[in-house]
Amino acid sequence: MSKPQRLLPRPTPETQHFWDGCREGELRLQRCRDCAEPFFPPRPFCPHCGKRDVEVFRASGRATLYSYVINYRPRPDMGEEPYAIAVVTLEEGPRLMTNIVSCPQTPEALQLDMPLQVHFAAQNETITLPLFEPAQPAPGDTP
Amino acid sequence: MSLAPGSIAVVGAAETTQLGVIPDVSALGLHLDAALNALEDAGLKPGDIDGLACAGEHPWNVSTMLGITPKWVDGTNVGGCSFMLHVRHAAAAIAAGYCTTVLITHGESGRSNIGAPQYASAPASLFGQFEMPYGVAAPASMFTIPVLRYLKETGAEVEDLARVAVVQREWAARNPRAYAREPITLDDVMNSKMIAYPYRKLMCCLVTDGGGALILTSADRAKDFPTKPVYILGTGEAVECVSISMMQDFTSSKAFRVSGKSAFDAAGISHADVDHLMVYDAFAHLPLYGLEDLGFCARGEAKDFFRERRTAPGGELPMNTNGGGLSYMHSGMYGMYALQESVRQMRGTAPAQVQGAKISVCHGVGNMFSAAGTVIFSNEI
Repeated sequence: MSKPQRLLPRPTPETQHFWDGCREGELRLQRCRDCAEPFFPPRPFCPHCGKRDVEVFRASGRATLYSYVINYRPRPDMGEEPYAIAVVTLEEGPRLMTNIVSCPQTPEALQLDMPLQVHFAAQNETITLPLFEPAQPAPGDTP
Repeated sequence: MSLAPGSIAVVGAAETTQLGVIPDVSALGLHLDAALNALEDAGLKPGDIDGLACAGEHPWNVSTMLGITPKWVDGTNVGGCSFMLHVRHAAAAIAAGYCTTVLITHGESGRSNIGAPQYASAPASLFGQFEMPYGVAAPASMFTIPVLRYLKETGAEVEDLARVAVVQREWAARNPRAYAREPITLDDVMNSKMIAYPYRKLMCCLVTDGGGALILTSADRAKDFPTKPVYILGTGEAVECVSISMMQDFTSSKAFRVSGKSAFDAAGISHADVDHLMVYDAFAHLPLYGLEDLGFCARGEAKDFFRERRTAPGGELPMNTNGGGLSYMHSGMYGMYALQESVRQMRGTAPAQVQGAKISVCHGVGNMFSAAGTVIFSNEI
């Protein structure tokens, strides 16, 4: 028997740009053209000042680990437990929920504030999820 | 303009006839059983009720089955603290003259799942798009996500979460109606089954069946009822975020702070005046956030409250004296049971009665830190 399909998002007109971006390998946030504050989740106005003049921009994909749990309860569509469910703080400020991949799902490996980078994981032709993995040191960085 | 402290009172309060595992009653049936018990407690008949509030079931299900046509209704559902909001809204409605006698009902077949409403997450909802795909599996893997950040920022340890469960079990041991009464140790908690690291089973709430109901009227009328009136001094409410990843600060609930401040300001009391405290404990971190966000201690000091046994039996601030959601009851929306315990304490009828208690603060949470509701009760005005 094949693994059940992972529960996937259904984009709305307000969020379509975000999911299109993930499919195209870009993490897209929005910000206000007036007060310049970035925000997430997507909406066609600025939650800081209420103005409707907002733009979509490409985020760096860099983040840090804000908090997480390692889930042991069954979610058959996710595959094997345990797996971490994390909330990361993007370099631009907003936070989002995600999973941390390319990393043991253990408290020792998952340290709060560790640097992460986005990893796009295609689920089907339309939906790609923005997962995160430990950041690769940039050339010249000392370990 | 604000509602005068003590102008509205609870004159009927009861839980369902049974609590725990109730496979022979539907969720709606539990609402109605609790309603009938509260009506009996108040010496009223269904026809005396002219205002109705409930969450979980739709109000028209309850009105149909009770055979009443209330002229004021509140179907607010913001999760487990909905009933705190119902109390607040009902008090305002009675003061405004919209109705005179409000019934608030709750009932859930959380364990037996008999006739329980089904919750499905729409994949186009905010939750369906931005949390469900990442494998959240029930509240145990959502409500707990902020805690590692809280521990890091405050210096609290995982053992401090375990200690909350141990202390609340001490209270439950004094309560014949509590579902889990056997004493437990820190080791028992720390060695119980892993649910969602760092959360182990004994740091998570029970899953049981039950319900409760309250009846409110004006303080003027309250004197004519058979039970000791329990007056409402102040109330608060707030909503913050649809789901856990959108909570603004993982170390402090803004909804708690807003709701708590409204209630204390309305009641005109200080924290030193509080004799008894209920903080909705779906998981062991909730009492820690509650103590800090309601202002009973400074940030990071709640762990010391527990280490120093200040909320335990014999402590200066008895908290969650029924045993809480961790040990007494938790059918899904625990707020009603917290309200019932506050009312019992103010009536002087609680199994673990706080002698001479005059003011009780009852604070609830809705969904995953999404909402909050606070009610401050007193047996004096």
